[in-house]
Amino acid sequence: MTIQVMLTELSKSFLVTLEIFFLTILGSMPLGLAVYFFKTSKFKPLKWITDVYISVMRGTPLILQLMVVYYGPNLIFGITPPSNWRFGAVIVAFIINYAAYFAEIYRGGIESIPTGQYEAAYVLGYTKVQTFFKIILPQMVKRVLPAVTNEIITLVKDTSLACIIGTVEMFTKAKQIAVAPHSPGMLTFVAAAVFYYVFNYLVAFIMKRTEKALNYYK
Amino acid sequence: MKVLEMKNIKKSFADNSVLKDISLCVEKGEVVSIIGSSGSGKSTLLRCATFLEEIDSGSISYMGEYAVNSDGGKPVYSKNLKKFKNEFGLVFQNFNLFAHYSVMKNIIDAPLCVQKREKKEVIAQAKELLKKMGLEDKENSYPCQLSGGQQQRVSIVRALAMNPEILFFDEPTSALDPELTGEVLKVIKQLAEEKMTMVIVTHEMEFARQVSDRVIFMDEGIIAEEGTPREVFDNPKSARIKQFLSNYKNDSM
Ligand SMILES: Nc1ncnc2c1ncn2[C@@H]1O[C@H](COP(=O)(O)OP(=O)(O)O)[C@@H](O)[C@H]1O
Ligand SMILES: [Mg+2]
Repeated sequence: MTIQVMLTELSKSFLVTLEIFFLTILGSMPLGLAVYFFKTSKFKPLKWITDVYISVMRGTPLILQLMVVYYGPNLIFGITPPSNWRFGAVIVAFIINYAAYFAEIYRGGIESIPTGQYEAAYVLGYTKVQTFFKIILPQMVKRVLPAVTNEIITLVKDTSLACIIGTVEMFTKAKQIAVAPHSPGMLTFVAAAVFYYVFNYLVAFIMKRTEKALNYYK
Repeated sequence: MKVLEMKNIKKSFADNSVLKDISLCVEKGEVVSIIGSSGSGKSTLLRCATFLEEIDSGSISYMGEYAVNSDGGKPVYSKNLKKFKNEFGLVFQNFNLFAHYSVMKNIIDAPLCVQKREKKEVIAQAKELLKKMGLEDKENSYPCQLSGGQQQRVSIVRALAMNPEILFFDEPTSALDPELTGEVLKVIKQLAEEKMTMVIVTHEMEFARQVSDRVIFMDEGIIAEEGTPREVFDNPKSARIKQFLSNYKNDSM
């Protein structure tokens, strides 16, 4: 296998990595907000369930959660999931795992906003929904950006965990190529590392830019 | 016309009885100052009037209409508190401007999004008010770029832009350096001259004397003394208020 073929193969599998990454972001960031609402709900059972969910998600390895989501339907309910369930399970597991982390980050951000902001909005007659989306959320976003950046960078690397249930994302592909006969061997891992690194560099760059753009107020 | 009428207000936090049967009536165009030591319940009274705290018993009405009716002492809040919030504005000790909004947006957002008023009209009013407050060059600034005195003047404009019948101030100058206090007091005086109805909690005794039609001295959750500035400041009756005022004798009075 030539280096060029190796790179082409890696690029293709990198698309799977990207797919996991973007779908997870798209799903977990809004879900995290919903989880935050559940956690702060006045309806206690919902709050308790959410507390348990968050603590399990944060207290057990993601790799184990991946296996539970993938094999669970069969092991628990005896259902044979559709053939594309492998990828579905990856996305579901990643989203529910990351949503728990995002919910906690959001909570930290929201709780750091002075109560005076709520009181001013209340007296001016804003509804609760207006207060949250117009006054609180935008200020929360600015406050949580550094923590969210950390989480996103971790996610880029975490995508490699999908290999445990046989998803061929870039890490799995690199492993397959590297151990195959007549492959570029070690160079394959180096190339994979470069892919991850460059992507993370880009992510960090964009997030820094966003932080700067929000620096017009304190 | 009674703009505000609070009757037999009681409010406790756990077993700490903070307001013990307070009644307060404010006529249109009247300026009422509330003085008293820290912890006497002044802020709580304003917070009850503005629904930030729920009262335990009593009634509150604005413009002769019950916002909180008393059902045998038990308070019943109106289903439409929003309507009553149009009647008053509250100026906080620490401004509480929206940090992510420019000065202009801070002022016009609630008139637009809450009162659903015409944008052109609201902006024109905002500009006029800013000019009156000497802030015409600040409409595009953010709160963090302003001095405390400027922020407080913006927050007064924000409250005025809602066209309230009555303005409440909770120690509007207490978070300010002494040299910035004057510019805010000047603005409030100007409003008093224009016959804006106001209730002002303050520790600025000289200011209270000049600006008020009536002064209320609160002590441990009751109105301990009440009268014209002359009556309260020059002929205080109780020992408590004499003692309280003596703390201020040395500086401003
Ligand atoms: N949210 C609250 N929870 C518990 N106690 C409170 C709360 N707000 C005020 N208090 C208590 O009520 C009393 C009066 O407070 P406050 O109205 O702020 O007084 P003032 O404004 O005159 O200094 C104080 O003893 C204070 O500790
Ligand atoms: Mg106070």
